[in-house]
Parts: sequence; C-alpha cells; structure tokens
Amino acid sequence: MTRERGRGSPFAPHTAAETAAMLDAVGVDDEEALFDIPDEVAFDGEFGIEPRGEAEIRAELARTFAKNDDLTEFLGRGHYAHYVPSLVDHLSLRSEFLTSYTQYQPEITQGFLQALFEYQSLLVELTGLPVANCSMYDAATALAEAARLAGRVRATTGARVLVPEPAFLRAGKRGVLDNYVDGTDLSVETYPMDDGNVDVEALSELVDDDAVMVYAENPTVRGTIEERIDEVAELAHEHDALFCLGSDVVALSLLREPASVGTDVVVGEAGVLGLPTSYGMGLGIFATREEFLRQVPGRLVGASEERVAPGAERNGDGSAAEASGRRVYTLTLQTREQHIRKERATSNICTNQAWVALRTAMHAMYLGPSGLVELAEDCVRRAADLAGRIDDIVGYQAPVHDRHHFREFAVRCDQPAAAIAEDLEGKGFAVHVVDEHLLQVCVTDANAAHADALVAAFEEVA
Amino acid sequence: MYYDQARYGQNGEYEPLLSEKDSTTVEVGGAASSAGGDENAADGDGSPLPDHLTRDSLTLPELSEPELARHYTRLSQMNWGVESGPYPLGSCTMKYNPKFTEDAAGDPNAAVHPDRSEQSVQGTLEVLHGLQEYLGRVGGMDAVSLQPPAGAAGEFAGILVAKAYHETRGDDRTEVIIPSSAHGTNFASAAMAGYDVVELPSDEDGRVDLEALRAAVSDDTAALMLTNPNTVGLFERDIVEIAEIVHDAGGLLYYDGANLNALLGRARPGDMGFDIMHYNVHKTFATPHGGGGPGAGPVGVVEELAEFLPSPRVRETETDSLTEPGYELFEPERSIGKVHGFQGNWLVLIKAYAYIARLGDEGLADASAKAVLNANYLGSRIDYEIPYAPFHHEFAATAGEQDAADVAKRMLDYGVHPPTTKWPEFVPEAMLTEPTEIENRETLDDLAAAFNAAASEDDETLATAPNRTTARRIDQASAARDPRLSWHALESDGE
Ligand SMILES: Cc1ncc(COP(=O)(O)O)c(C=O)c1O
Repeated sequence: MTRERGRGSPFAPHTAAETAAMLDAVGVDDEEALFDIPDEVAFDGEFGIEPRGEAEIRAELARTFAKNDDLTEFLGRGHYAHYVPSLVDHLSLRSEFLTSYTQYQPEITQGFLQALFEYQSLLVELTGLPVANCSMYDAATALAEAARLAGRVRATTGARVLVPEPAFLRAGKRGVLDNYVDGTDLSVETYPMDDGNVDVEALSELVDDDAVMVYAENPTVRGTIEERIDEVAELAHEHDALFCLGSDVVALSLLREPASVGTDVVVGEAGVLGLPTSYGMGLGIFATREEFLRQVPGRLVGASEERVAPGAERNGDGSAAEASGRRVYTLTLQTREQHIRKERATSNICTNQAWVALRTAMHAMYLGPSGLVELAEDCVRRAADLAGRIDDIVGYQAPVHDRHHFREFAVRCDQPAAAIAEDLEGKGFAVHVVDEHLLQVCVTDANAAHADALVAAFEEVA
Repeated sequence: MYYDQARYGQNGEYEPLLSEKDSTTVEVGGAASSAGGDENAADGDGSPLPDHLTRDSLTLPELSEPELARHYTRLSQMNWGVESGPYPLGSCTMKYNPKFTEDAAGDPNAAVHPDRSEQSVQGTLEVLHGLQEYLGRVGGMDAVSLQPPAGAAGEFAGILVAKAYHETRGDDRTEVIIPSSAHGTNFASAAMAGYDVVELPSDEDGRVDLEALRAAVSDDTAALMLTNPNTVGLFERDIVEIAEIVHDAGGLLYYDGANLNALLGRARPGDMGFDIMHYNVHKTFATPHGGGGPGAGPVGVVEELAEFLPSPRVRETETDSLTEPGYELFEPERSIGKVHGFQGNWLVLIKAYAYIARLGDEGLADASAKAVLNANYLGSRIDYEIPYAPFHHEFAATAGEQDAADVAKRMLDYGVHPPTTKWPEFVPEAMLTEPTEIENRETLDDLAAAFNAAASEDDETLATAPNRTTARRIDQASAARDPRLSWHALESDGE
C-alpha cells in the first residue's frame, strides 16, 4: 500500500484512509473538532517555519557549523576533551537505550538499570563513598545540590558555605550555586587561595561554627593539584561543617581517594569520559556518605529481588513458581523525589543525564583500571611537559603556580593575554584568557598531537 | 502479534560488571620522591606524582572490547524503548526520535568548547539563535533562554525570573499557587526558589476552580504555575479569566510546557496570557529521552521579563546590509544569572532545531492533530472509564476497582509499555495515557487490546503479573529496606 501523506508530520504514520477511519470511530468529521480551544485564544497565524527535507537540513546545518572556525582547542576549565572510543557511540546509540525513558517499569528496563547501577558502582569505587546517584545535570548544579544538602543535614545553626575565591571558581559554577541557595538561609562566602592551593591558614580563620560546608576542588580550575586536602577536610569537620570536594572521573582515578581524607560529598564532572566536546554539556557527579542517603538528590538505582505472591502459579514453561532469587534492579528510595514528596523533595530534578552516565560507564569500562590510571597519569605528564616548553620561551612563565598540575596550567605573559590569545587564534589555536597577563592552556590526549605546533605558535607571537 | 520481551534475558541472571571474576586491582602511585617528582614526569616511567597526592589502588573491570560490546548489547536487549513498541507514558510525550537529528548533532564542527571566542563559533551561535527564534514563535513568547538542562530546571529558572521581577518592583511576594494535579517538579521548583506552595484543588470538571483561585490569590501571590491542556488533557477554557485573576492580584502566570504537543499551531501560551513558560524539548520536539535524560528545558518570557532571563543569551550583531548577520552573546540587563554551569545541553538543542525545521508550520500542526486524534481514538477503544473529557493529547482512564499499578504490570505481558499510573491523584487509580502522533491505528488497536485484556482479568492475575518480561515483579520494598546501591554493597552482603 502506498502511503499518501500531505505536508504533515513525516513522523505521523497515518494514511488518509486511516485518518478517516479513526475520525469515524471517534465520531467527528475532522481533527479540528477534537480541539476544545476557545476562539479568544485560538492561534490561527503561522510560525513562519518552512519545513525542509532531511538532506536539506543536514546540509544547512553542516554549512552553518562550518562557520565555526576550525581551531585546535587547548581549552579546559571545567569542560574537557578526551578521545571517546567508537564503541561508546555505537552501543549507546542502540535505540533500546537512546529512546527509552526513566525506568518506571523496571521489569522491562533491566538493561538500563543495570548500566546505571554499574555507573553508580564506578563512582563508589572512584570516591570511596558508598552512595552515588545516577546523575545531576552538571558539575555546577551538583555543587549547588551539595550545598542544599549541607543545609538540610546541618548539625549547627550555621548558614555559611565557603568556596574558593573567584579566580579559583568558575563564575558559572558560582552563579548556579548562588541561585540554588537563593531560596534558603544559606550564604556563600569565599576563602583565599595560596599559589594554587587552599590557603589553609586563612581558611582556618574563616571556618567557624557558622559554616555548614567547605568546598574545594582537586584539581582546581587552574589545573593545580591540591596538596593539603586532608587539612581542609579536617578544618571543616572540627566545626561540624561538611567537606565537599569537586573533581572529575579521570582525576579521581589517580588523585587521593576522597573518602580517605574524610570527604562528605563528592561533586564534579563525569562527562569527561563518554562525552565529546559539547559546548559545556555535562554530567554531574553526586556521591556521599551512607548517613545522608535519604537526603540525596536525584535518582538512585538499587538491587532487589523478584517478588512472588504467595501461592501464585505463574510459569507457563513449567519452571518453579518460587522466587528465583535472581538479582534485579530498580529505582529506589523514591520518596526523596519530587514526584512523591513534591515541595518537600530533596531536589526538583526529574529528567537528568542518564544517557550520558551510560556513555561514561562505557568509556570507563573500555579503559579499565589500568587504562584509566594511565590516562590520568598522562594528564599530569603532558601538562608538566607542555608547561616546561612554554616556560622556555622568552616572555612566558609556566606554570604560574608552583604545584603539580592536571591537564592544564596558567601561563603568565609579558604581553597582554588577550592580544596573545587573539594572535594564537589567528594561527589556529584556542587558549583561555584568565586575566590581563594570564593565559591558561589545557592538554589531553585529544590535542597532544598539536602541542609542538602550539609551542611554535607561542614562540611566534611572544 | 504482541512483542514478546521474554525472548530476551529470561534465561536467568545477568551478572553485573565487576563481579569478582571481571575485576582487576591496579596499584596507583609509587613514585619514590615527594614534591618535585616532575623530573620523572617527562620520561614517563613510574608515577608522575608523589605518593601522598595519589590514591593507593583502583579496582574495576578489565574487559576486552568484544566482551564489552556483548555486555552492552545484552543490556540493551533487556530494555524497552520507543523503537521497541508503543510507549504511551502520560505526560512524557514519547515520540519517535528521528535518526537524522542524531547525525546533525554529531557534526564535528559543532563540537566546540564553551570558552571559545564568540567570533570563532558563529555557527553555533547562529543555531542557538535560530532555536531561540523558533521556540519564541511556537510559544508566543518574546524572548527565550536555552540554558536550562531539563523541564524542572526551566521551571526553576522561570520562577527565579518571576522572583527577580517582583523584587525589582520592591514587591515582596511569598507564594506560588499550583493546582494539586500538577507535576511534582512544579512544587519542588517553587519551593527551591524559596516560595511557599499553595495547592489549588481541581473543580468537578478536572479544571482550575475559579472560585478557589480567587480565594487563593493575594498580595503574596508571585505566580500561578499551570499546564494547558492540564494533566488530564483538558483545555483550561477559562484561561483568559484565570490570567486576569492572577494578573489583577499582581502575580505572573507560568506555563509548564510538558503538554505543548497538544496545541502546536492552534494555541500559544503567550496568547493565553502566560508570562513565562518552559519548553520540554525532549517531549514536544522529539529529542531522545535517553533512559532519563539529557533533555532541555528552555525558558521563554514576554517582553517585559526579557531582562531577567538567564545569561548569556544570543542576539544578532549590528551589521550593514552587505555582510551576513553575525551573532554575539549578551547578558540580559537584570539577569538572574546561571542555572547551568555553561549553556545547557547543546547537543540536545541541535536535535530540537533539526526536528522543528523538518516539520515546519504544517508538520507541527499535524503532529498535534495526530497526537490528539490518536489519544481520542485509543480512548474510544478501551473498556476503562475516562472520567474527564474532552481531552486532547492524553487522557486519564481509571482502573476503577482494579489497582492501576497492577494493570500496568499486566500490560507488560501483552508486549506494550503501560501508561503512567496513579497520577494525577484526583483520578482514582489513574492511568494517564499519551500515545503521541507516532502510532498507527494497528498499534493503537494493540494497545487497546492490552488495556482490555487486563480489564477483564481477575486481581490475582494482575497481582502476579508480569510473567513474560525480563524480570518478574520486582520487590520495591526490599530494595528500599535494604539499599544496595553498588556492586560493593552486593559483595559486602556476601551475595
Ligand atoms: C507536566 C510535567 N511538568 C514538568 C516535568 C519536568 O520536566 P523534566 O523531567 O524535563 O525536568 C514533567 C516531566 O515529566 C512533566 O510531565
């Protein structure tokens, strides 16, 4: 049968005959009769959107995207590129994964639930904390949710959330945090940094019983590796405040295990694995202690068993009707969530980043423990190597901070940083401008092959 | 006829990765020296970091690519998606996700970092601008921000816009009014923004009770959050009056865009008097739901509120008539700031743009027409009562004496995904059903047959369902009583 369709939706399968038969069954003459919209608000105008064919749109978008300059990016500061193995696309794009939704019917969504359970397990292994949810939107909202959790579980009457000074906390992250605490009694204050690490002495002056949470990052947004993370955690705990650590899944594979220094909540970015560069799209980590389990925002997958109604005869194939004892998975502890607890929910999050979590788990499993550690170690080696080479060029000092670095580092330049970045862009490279005489450069497996060319470009524009 | 998921995975348990057999422990660190280990760094032997900065070990599965490929293929076979069969989950708009949108989002030139200079990402800004435009027209809104990464984030952003608006006017308002039948995120988003929630009961027709609304509004009312058609698919016919009541009290009207698929080309929230709305692009504009996300929840507002939208937005730069228009980012004058660390779920936004472009005016209008036709056709074929009508793209049937959750489990045995159950609460044993425009008549007949088979079955049969699925009825109580949230918990349980 040929399907005759007009210029309707190409994704509505109705033939004219089918439509007519269905209208008939419903008892109306046309679809318009089904709309109960008062005339005073009816829209009879047009959007002015011309429908295009698939090929046309792909060509149009390809042309538009080609207007993005073809630059080699040495950019990081919270959004990182690592090579994503082909396996991740091919398997995550299987439609059973991609086109499914939240696992409200676990009996037919065991596959995704198990994949999310494995993702949670990955985070538990990386953080050493026993509870990890199966996603927040991104690192910024995860940090903001951590602050709200700290407010809910606080042991004191305090209300201060202490975060790094602006140079060491992205404005976007800080902005999200400010918005998420706007409706609470919490206030956000900053503590100073000391050459790329927490200024522990200054922080100790600032933390008192009024603090509910101290937040630090490892690595920091400047790429420095935190050396006194245990002291920061201790300071927080001395005053009954939570210690919240921001990191990412690659860095966590190598750096000190958060639980080993007494971290209460780990947040950060998991999309560094599994997601290609995507204009800041992310996957927020949220892991915490057992005691805060019922305060966790977002979805949790747990293991369970099949339930058997007593005396029920169930098997058509003759197998035993008792409980199989088989392990199965389900979303659990949902009374924390908005669809049940409404305005008293731990968070408003509903749709999250589940498919990205699937991809992250795939990428991590692909690398395995040795691959992950190697990738992370290379993040240290490559940063040290490239910083050294830029430092050798007259007019630059790198790294600016006398610390170990992860993926990225700041570069002090004699010339104005903006002018240098512009010149570098002219030569096909993108780097960050972080201050008047400060650049930042990020190097990973994704751009390392161009490091020589970047060094040469730096030499030319010096 | 029915799709039988039992052929997948019924032959027993499937081990999670990192059961002991798969896992390997790798020692981490081990460099001899403390700080200054940079010397080792370049030559690559040993750890590039001193021990006190590293973890001790890492234990994870160490599997080959073929093993992993089988693992994930197997998992996918134990999962139901829109392409597996009908997925009439009410309020979720489970449409087909056109393949080409995925390819469009995969364009390597679109893979740019958010800190790129504006002049170097003109293509990205152009698409963002194009989508802002499209969404504005579809919703009848004057300005749109694409930043919120999901519907709930759009609600939160929108309520913060309302809050900023009132604060700017020196108006201290403390309440947000929400119909009791609204989605849980509405309540949670308003509360997160610091508002007290005032619940509004539905009237006998399932719509907003105007008297109750009049009684609820006051000087404290910051906003009313509403979806239209409402949760049971009914158009709020009194919307103009509702808007008047709220506006007269000095409040704003917020539109939850989850049900926009009912109205495309026929009514626009902006024309109904709504001041703020979010779009659920993973619903109305067919971007994949991904097992729970990522989606996107752009927020649109009327002109007067544009200055409060999240930052940054995209606009055209001034150009002379000879050059192509350029685009730039800008911060709205009194912006509420950020609701996402960067600019939201970019890859999802590309897919939404491509979908809207594919359908155009006629396609969008037809999508709604067919979505509403499908819901009405299906509704006419099922034996369960549908207390509220005339409904549009979705309906809330009642399971009556039966338990709606049990009916849903039984429907699984008939090879379909069941509706959303037990919500909204004012419909007893609700089964909220939204087939969307993508189903043909035959599939709708299958769905009706699944409903009707369950309708005629006894409680025992329903309570012991499902029997033909990958897993049988899962013990929710056990999962919650004894939370096992990682393989570590399984192992320490001695499982
Ligand atoms: C009516 C309604 N409002 C809001 C939302 C929240 O949207 P999201 O899940 O994208 O956060 C949903 C999602 O299911 C919904 O159905």
